[in-house]
Amino acid sequence: MTDTLAAPPRVRPTRPPTAALPRRRHARRLVRNALVALLLVIEVTPLLWLLLSSFKTQSEFVDDPAWSLPKSWGLANYTEAWTTGHVALYIRNSLMATVPSLALIVLLGVAAGFALEVMVWRGRHQVLLAFLLGIMVPSQMILLPLFRIYFQTGLSGTLAPLIITYTAAGLPLTVFMMATYFRSIPREVFEAATLDGASVLKAFWKIAFPMVRNAVFTVGLVQFFFIWNDLLISLTFTTDDDLRTIQVGLLNFTGQYGETAYGPLFAAISINVIGALFLYLLINQRIIKGLTAGAVKG
Amino acid sequence: MRSVLGDRRALLILLGPALLVYTLVMLVPMGWSLGYTFFKGNVIEGFTFDGFGNFEKLWHDQQAHSALWFTFKYGVVVSVGQVLCGYLLALLYVFVLRKSSALIRTLVFFPVILPTVAVALMFQKLFAVAPQNGLANTAVEALGIHHGDWFASGGGSFLVLVVMDVWRSMGFYGVLIYAGLLDIPEETIESARMDGATGWRLIRHVVLPLSWPVVLASAVFSINGTLKVFDSVLALTNGGPGSDTTPLTLYMFRTAFSYGDYGYGSTIASLLTVVCLGVSLIIFRFSRRDPTKG
Repeated sequence: MTDTLAAPPRVRPTRPPTAALPRRRHARRLVRNALVALLLVIEVTPLLWLLLSSFKTQSEFVDDPAWSLPKSWGLANYTEAWTTGHVALYIRNSLMATVPSLALIVLLGVAAGFALEVMVWRGRHQVLLAFLLGIMVPSQMILLPLFRIYFQTGLSGTLAPLIITYTAAGLPLTVFMMATYFRSIPREVFEAATLDGASVLKAFWKIAFPMVRNAVFTVGLVQFFFIWNDLLISLTFTTDDDLRTIQVGLLNFTGQYGETAYGPLFAAISINVIGALFLYLLINQRIIKGLTAGAVKG
Repeated sequence: MRSVLGDRRALLILLGPALLVYTLVMLVPMGWSLGYTFFKGNVIEGFTFDGFGNFEKLWHDQQAHSALWFTFKYGVVVSVGQVLCGYLLALLYVFVLRKSSALIRTLVFFPVILPTVAVALMFQKLFAVAPQNGLANTAVEALGIHHGDWFASGGGSFLVLVVMDVWRSMGFYGVLIYAGLLDIPEETIESARMDGATGWRLIRHVVLPLSWPVVLASAVFSINGTLKVFDSVLALTNGGPGSDTTPLTLYMFRTAFSYGDYGYGSTIASLLTVVCLGVSLIIFRFSRRDPTKG
């Protein structure tokens, strides 16, 4: 480690170049390449193995060692996972739960963030503190009463419990992140707008919202991953097998086939990974920025 | 002007819906759960008042103790692992790869967005012994270590769990801390180098103290997540073997939904809440810094 972190060669005005320098530089490059190679192996190998294995047949799983390549590249495992394994249904359910929740979170959360950061009123801090509670307290604290309410109001057989719970659970972080974004806009902007005769609602809709459009996209992305990858809430509130989200479906995938159908299981996992990869390739910088911003602010 | 930005009707329209949903679906249930802790039973059997019975039970419950212990053990080990690996990655990005780190950063970050269930099932197969040795087992055996079934022992399961959760999230902490390291002025590091500080001493006496705030922020965020671990455990080990890898979250879930004991389930959830709030408070105090301004 010491070698790799030693001074870079760029600014060294006080020392004349010596013969030892090129050799050191060479060694450093070697160490650097070795570190990168190690990191690549750690990150990529498991995923690559997963994808390769998803093409294997049952007998290849049982008879061949784990590192062997698949003998053919047919998509049989994928079609089986997609149809018989209900992955298509689960993904549809996940979408139907995620999209409305996401829309509600953004709509309610951005407005609340504006009200908490830009507007002037008494009790702001108490409300912010109440939202902070939602970030700290574990979800286990809300499951039982909600389960009872959803059960007694007859919502249990639908996706409504998921949408309601996701919306509420996503609000605290969204409100905090949006409040932070609004803080970075000079107050004069809003004050000038209201001086010119705009109402607060108009100032919000015509001026504030367009100004934070990028932030809204980022916040939405963060919430998308939280909801899409959630297991606890979906596991609790989906009592009906046909309403399973993709995570719950994946968790129970082994159960449906017994322990033996490895190919379709690997294919089902791969479908998840490939889907995520697509989204990631599309907008990875946005995702990284959004998730890490949420972290420090949360 | 002040009065316009303080317009009550607008406030009601903008904040009202969010606050209403949040209060009804989050705050009220939290209080309700606290109320459950004094009761026995569930929705189907009905509830009976039990006073402090659940707390007494919690005090003597061996399984709850081991779940609490596992929660702490997992939280500390994984948080240290995440922040440490994140820091090493950040050092790699800033000092070794420098300008060319973007691609590696992006690559190492990718597992962060993967569904935990998918990652856990993948690790289950990587470390499986049947029908064939998984890839990780094969690699470990190639190094001359024969471990056998990782998931047959509590220690083995814990190890795989830790490796998985560090693998899954180190890219996240790498980027987080990387951003913190970039905030250190170039001149500060340069002048420390002029004074002869290199390698470990440069890190220890210059870089680490200057990046301490972001390390603490990462630690707060990390421990806040790891104490609430649920998905990874459920999908990878299902709490087993036995209840060796069962944290409070999973124990609460089982108690409430498999055994239908709402009162005791809520009591465990309350204990978890106290632990989460307590640990966060301790770290805040320790850091004497408001991470929301961060």
